[in-house]
Amino acid sequence: MIIRLSLLLFTLLFGQKSQMTVEQIISAMDKNLNAKSRIMKSKMIVHGRRSTRTIESRNWVIGIDQAFTEYLSPPREAGTKMLKLDDKLWTYSPQTDRVIQISGHMLRQSVMGSDMSYNDMMEDKPLQDLYKATLEGSITINGRKHWIIYLEAKVKGLSYPMRRAWVDTEYLLPMKEELYAKSGKLLKTATMADVKRIQGRWFPSRFIYKDKLKRNSKGTEWVIEEISFDMNISESRFSKAMLRK
Amino acid sequence: MIKFLSKGLIRDRTRSFFPLLVIALTVALVVFGSGFMRGMMNSLLLDSAVILTGHQKVVTQAYNEENQLMPNDLALLDSDEMINQLEIEYPDFFWTPRIVFAGLLDVPDENGETKTQGPVIAMGIDFFSEESRQIEIWELEKNLIEGNLPSSKNDAIISSKLAAQLNVSVGEKVTFIGSTMDNAFTTYNFDVTGTFNLRKGQTDKQMLLVDISGARGALDMDNAASAIFGFYHDLYYDDQKTVDLRTNFNATNSDSSDMFSPIMLALRDGNQMGTMVDISNAMLAIMGGIFLVVVMVVLWNMGLMNGLRRYGEVGLRLAIGEPKGHVYRSLITEALIIGFVGTILGTGIGIAITYYVQENGIDYTKGIEALSNSSMIMPNIFYAQVTTDLFYIGFFPGVLATVLGTMLAGMAVYKREMAQLFKDLET
Repeated sequence: MIIRLSLLLFTLLFGQKSQMTVEQIISAMDKNLNAKSRIMKSKMIVHGRRSTRTIESRNWVIGIDQAFTEYLSPPREAGTKMLKLDDKLWTYSPQTDRVIQISGHMLRQSVMGSDMSYNDMMEDKPLQDLYKATLEGSITINGRKHWIIYLEAKVKGLSYPMRRAWVDTEYLLPMKEELYAKSGKLLKTATMADVKRIQGRWFPSRFIYKDKLKRNSKGTEWVIEEISFDMNISESRFSKAMLRK
Repeated sequence: MIKFLSKGLIRDRTRSFFPLLVIALTVALVVFGSGFMRGMMNSLLLDSAVILTGHQKVVTQAYNEENQLMPNDLALLDSDEMINQLEIEYPDFFWTPRIVFAGLLDVPDENGETKTQGPVIAMGIDFFSEESRQIEIWELEKNLIEGNLPSSKNDAIISSKLAAQLNVSVGEKVTFIGSTMDNAFTTYNFDVTGTFNLRKGQTDKQMLLVDISGARGALDMDNAASAIFGFYHDLYYDDQKTVDLRTNFNATNSDSSDMFSPIMLALRDGNQMGTMVDISNAMLAIMGGIFLVVVMVVLWNMGLMNGLRRYGEVGLRLAIGEPKGHVYRSLITEALIIGFVGTILGTGIGIAITYYVQENGIDYTKGIEALSNSSMIMPNIFYAQVTTDLFYIGFFPGVLATVLGTMLAGMAVYKREMAQLFKDLET
């Protein structure tokens, strides 16, 4: 009897996941990846063509429009701060002691020579608001079942108008993504690893980005050392005055 | 015999003065024309060499493949040691480091907030080394419009076009925004000490010049350089020699399996520069050839005319018993003496004028300004160039053509009928 009940429960649980619609999958992914706000400490390991550099930073992010980053190391970058409000970016470096505004298109540029853009690092907006999803099929990778989902932009001006994601059916996270330009050219690949349960959600603690437009790119690892979701962040954090503090 | 003929030439001015004058002027024209054309072509190449390519340039193989992107992460390391080595191995050149970088230039207002911002192409050149000739080859003292040349690491001079576009004045501080050698984001303050105008059309539209130490500070490129430029000491580009040297360097120092191994590039290896060098050489050869042929025809004709003019004199000399061979040889010797003296005189005059134009140039500023929309790097002042071949090139028309003309005209001596001589004299 117990075995029968267990089997029934198992079927109900996993049968439910396998019957999820593509919209439900995206919504579940968003629940894992997005939050009202997040505060994190991370390090970027940039594998350059000549050497590898590690850059540590602390980030405060609210939604897609507000982000503040303070670089902690290496010494040359330590003390550099960046503030993003909507499509505007200000930067402060102690060497110049100046707050400089950087034009909007710079948000798509590489962060500190890495394979990530400012948008990759700072944006945090639900995929279901931005993309129309299509389930293309499923595949087993390393013994884990994944859905293959194709996402096409339904709003204009996105960094990646098309993307293809391999979503882990248990974690409901895009463990591998291919990010495309409007022309269909592959711009970047992103993979996730070291998935952990944090504040009731599955969240990867390691991302690997690879800019496919960079020749001989060895990729950039983004390791999340500490992260907390849905914390109250003071509005003053996102003021220009904070850049000089 | 030569002394006798020389005396005759000096005493009879109709036989010596005008031929000598014509030969000297013609040779002077050939020498100066050749020197000016050569100098003009070299001026065209030198401007590109100074800004873009050097006469020789050493970069890493990977940098060379992506050079349009100015990839300073692929720059040469230990550049000072490499320069010392190059100076020992290739003493015909002076070697200098260069960092080329691009980014944004931000101009603050009185509150330190961004007032204006625009793209900039900056070059780090060696302003401060005692042996550096960068100020000379960039002609910066002459091209400085306002202010002074950099005197410290964080000083910069900005092109007058960019200064006007960004509304920057001498004495203001500007911030460079770009990427370091490690591709990290960087901001760096420079003090604007002067403005310059290279007077080469749009070439310096977005240009900022800083000392190599400032560029290294801004881009975290300690003892590194985008490229090491080599220039001939006399600034005269010798294509064949440069190509041979480049081939030799690459055979010994370049390793195709190592993307960071150095590769030497001759001026002709730069973008379309090979075509430019070839066209310039072909133009020189064609123009020089045509010029030389025309001049030779003129002098040959003068030799012929001289021979014909002396028809009566030759007849008289034959009539009084001088052998035909002797008359013929004396005519040729005279032509040789006149040609030789005229050529030496003409070469002297030609080289003197060429040297003057080499030092002072001929200013075409107004004409070039009219072409200011052109993207081609054009010099405003054309300089002539005194080269070794100018010392002998005049001998071809000056001596050879004159003597050949005389030889041809002198053939008539052998056709003279002795019985007809007195009859000829009657006429």
